[in-house]
Amino acid sequence: MNARKTLQLVALILVVAIAAALSFTPIQKNMKLGLDLQGGLHVVLQGVDTPDHKVTRDDMKQVQAIMEQRVNGLGVAEPIIQVEGDNRLIIELPGISDPDKAIELIGKTAVLTFRTADGKVVVEGTDLKEAKEGMDSRNNQPIVSLTLTSEGAKKFADVTRANVGKQIGIYLDNDMLQNPKVNEAITTGQAQITGYASLDEAHRMALLLNSGALPVKMEMVEKRTVGPTLGADSLSKSQMAAMVGVGLIFAFMFLYYRAPGIVAIVSLILYSIIVLGAMAMLHATLTLPGIAGFLLSIGVAVDANVIIYERLKEELRAGKTLRTAIEEGFKRAFTTILDSNVTTFIAVAVLYYLGTGPIRGFAVTLGIGIVASMFTAITFTRWLLRSMVGSGLIKNNKLYGA
Amino acid sequence: MNIIGRRKIWYAISLLIIIPGIISLLLRGLNLGIDFTGGSLLQFQFENTVTVEQVRNVLDQSHLGSSTIQLSDGNNVFIRTKPMDEGERSKLVNDIKSQVGNLTVQRDEIVGPVIGKELAQKALLALAIASVLIIGYITVRFEFKFAIAAILALMHDVFVVVGIFSIFQIEVDSSFVAAVLTVVGYSINDTIVIFDRIRENLNRKKRTEDLESLVNRSVLETMTRSINTVLQVVFVLVALLFWGGETTKVFTLAMLVGVVSGAYSSIFNASPLWFDFKQLEKAQRSKNRAKTA
Repeated sequence: MNARKTLQLVALILVVAIAAALSFTPIQKNMKLGLDLQGGLHVVLQGVDTPDHKVTRDDMKQVQAIMEQRVNGLGVAEPIIQVEGDNRLIIELPGISDPDKAIELIGKTAVLTFRTADGKVVVEGTDLKEAKEGMDSRNNQPIVSLTLTSEGAKKFADVTRANVGKQIGIYLDNDMLQNPKVNEAITTGQAQITGYASLDEAHRMALLLNSGALPVKMEMVEKRTVGPTLGADSLSKSQMAAMVGVGLIFAFMFLYYRAPGIVAIVSLILYSIIVLGAMAMLHATLTLPGIAGFLLSIGVAVDANVIIYERLKEELRAGKTLRTAIEEGFKRAFTTILDSNVTTFIAVAVLYYLGTGPIRGFAVTLGIGIVASMFTAITFTRWLLRSMVGSGLIKNNKLYGA
Repeated sequence: MNIIGRRKIWYAISLLIIIPGIISLLLRGLNLGIDFTGGSLLQFQFENTVTVEQVRNVLDQSHLGSSTIQLSDGNNVFIRTKPMDEGERSKLVNDIKSQVGNLTVQRDEIVGPVIGKELAQKALLALAIASVLIIGYITVRFEFKFAIAAILALMHDVFVVVGIFSIFQIEVDSSFVAAVLTVVGYSINDTIVIFDRIRENLNRKKRTEDLESLVNRSVLETMTRSINTVLQVVFVLVALLFWGGETTKVFTLAMLVGVVSGAYSSIFNASPLWFDFKQLEKAQRSKNRAKTA
């Protein structure tokens, strides 16, 4: 028995065990659950082209800004609002309790108003011709310049004259966007609003002001809601399936390959930590297809072990010593594992590139899995197997499945 | 075991499954879910047991007679209809609540027809791109004949899965697309491991061994690996099928059919096909030689 190698073997297994125990809580905490696992609302809106106006990227940015504004009032923890392609907007509201209310809010047309301190509507969005961000040439501060219609200019002149020194609130629906103070009566139909931290903020404000109503008609092309109980049910069911599936794999590997089987099990645990940890660090969202992807990737990871162990048995049968058999086995198995995984990776990459939403989540999980499995199989498994042989604890070739 | 020698039997078994599948596909197509056709899907969980007839009655009143209604465990009912707008939908939910029984809405999905059409197009595009890239990679790492044999084996698996889903008219959703593409990834993986062995054995070929027995030996040498690997994936899939719940059933089922088909095609079709291509090449060459002589 080799004491140093035995120590190394025990240390390696201990490290994996400790890593598993330590990473469990942080991974669980940082893993975002998809809508299908925690319940929520997923809506895809599509801008509608009219004969004289084709939906532009700028239109979509405006719609996005307005939707963000509206959704903010719902108190959803992590809403996702993003433009997809040229004319689509995806809105995801995880964990929302009243999806119907959210749909109503998303579907309506926003109204822009200017109101006095006592809440009276004095100027409406239709009175505004254009809002544009810029830099004030005098003090180099970001500003938003308003140009009013001729009718709006009259209204604005009256209002500002009556409210000098007071504030006039700018509202989108019932949310106050800003509450600027009137410095002087504005009679020219040209006003400037100051008080922005950056040009970006001024730009965002200008977008909102310009879009008192949505710039284009939006049509709901897809809606999916999942109730919170269904989500929780899916989560617990897939956890159960995961345990059974992984349990079967572990049992098979141990019963069929014996000593190397144990090495495979330890490697697979490390592999799981790496994949789940990578997903948690990338803030990837765990979806139902994602869980399936993870489980299937364990299938890929275990395959690398199977390829190596089958090689090992062949080399042993050819009369090589255990030590050379392991080195030869790894050397020969490497190109096999590389070529077979690259081709699988190609299919997964295409799936990622063309997929959307949950399918993308699935592809990401499987992709991370393939890379991580190659890493653990070639480095860690080999290391562990060498220590096991070196320790002299298991000398009988039969225990290596030969 | 003589696998290459009996290759006609293996081809015949494959065709026996693929041909009825293709006929079914041409005649009936796939049973496309709302992800493809557009439509509404509602999942209700009732407080008490209900029957399909009770729900059907309410749907008939709302002129949604052509909808499908499906009971599931836990007093769950799935209803699939044409696309409904918000008003129609909330009226239907209220009608069912008052006439059938109290319920909670577990799932409420509306997919516009545009989205569905895109999904089908993207699926075919993905398959085409993946095939071309895989052919490219195998041609570089092996040779073109290996690539063609691998792609044929891969098409075999796609047709088996799609064909079986058509024959049994199992409803497919967007996850079916992901399943088929993943099957492609797995099946090619199996095939490459066997080709890799053929490549290796060719490099250390003994003079006395002919190509047929070399290919046969390569398939046999990798057989344990092929079976063990498929077993592990099958373990996971069976666990998902029985314990994973309703939502992933279509995906899991498609994967299961595909992975088994993938293992079969890798062992019994891919290498025999490559051998046949080699034989053809040889025959061609000797013919050319005869001509020049």
